Amino acid sequence: MTGKRRLWIAVPLAAALVALGWAGFAPVSVPSRDELFEIPKGTYARRMAGDKVEILPSKIRLTLGLNDVLMLRNLDDVPQVFGPTIMMPGQSFRLPFEKAASYDFACTAHASGQMTVLVEPYPAMPWSKIRWRVREWWENRTR
Amino acid sequence: MPAPALALQDTDGKPLGLERFRGKVVLLAFGFSSCGEVCPITLATLAGARKKLGDDAADVQVVYVTVDPERDDAARMKKFLGSFDATFVGGVGTRAQIDRAQKGYGISSTKQVYADGNYTIGHSSSIYMIDRSGGLRAVMPYGHTVDDFVHDLKILLRT
Repeated sequence: MTGKRRLWIAVPLAAALVALGWAGFAPVSVPSRDELFEIPKGTYARRMAGDKVEILPSKIRLTLGLNDVLMLRNLDDVPQVFGPTIMMPGQSFRLPFEKAASYDFACTAHASGQMTVLVEPYPAMPWSKIRWRVREWWENRTR
Repeated sequence: MPAPALALQDTDGKPLGLERFRGKVVLLAFGFSSCGEVCPITLATLAGARKKLGDDAADVQVVYVTVDPERDDAARMKKFLGSFDATFVGGVGTRAQIDRAQKGYGISSTKQVYADGNYTIGHSSSIYMIDRSGGLRAVMPYGHTVDDFVHDLKILLRT
């Protein structure tokens, strides 16, 4: 193998290792701990018309220590029920999570009447940091 | 937060508003007499909670409002609710009155028509807990037990 050919392999390999090292060891962060979801105006009217289109995701993923506060804002002109709470028009509801688990809530903004919040542990280990970054990148890309 | 107003009729033909029950804790829910799933379970649970409360049950009023005014007239609702607990009060009215009541509490309902023309109604199934002074204090999602209701009712009855 020639020196030039070795360089073509070594440089991308080194770059990949540096990127992997950064992804695994650099601290992860998000701009806010609040993960905001807005219930738009007309949601109740759509539900009453039998519209089954999901306005909010049926499963919301949060991560402890990062985005671990669910924030719902009711922009509809009709009250919305989320779990044990009723949000009147214009009201917001902030729900912080402290334990990693899957939580099911009744939610009138969903056609199924249900919403799941999946709270995952803080990605402390290098591999979990890498996985978290990849998923964030993918979800931001598809959002 | 004051509970949204109701302007309906009860199953004896009298005007039905929440102010009639000031001084009592009100459990307000919406459903229909032909419901084969959620409503009978909800009503049986609420009847069980009242029974378990003993003498305190005198201060707890269940109000069940129909989402099916086309079929649920006063007599039908009275018979349906009476099979669970004779003290339950039914809310009936015109389609417009029921729509206003549903909208006030964010209760959605959608009709699903069968091939034979009969229909069922999918509807929000939470139970609203209103305190002695008419304040909306909590919402109990469908599926809770008699003991869950008794626990919360005891707290509300003390306040």
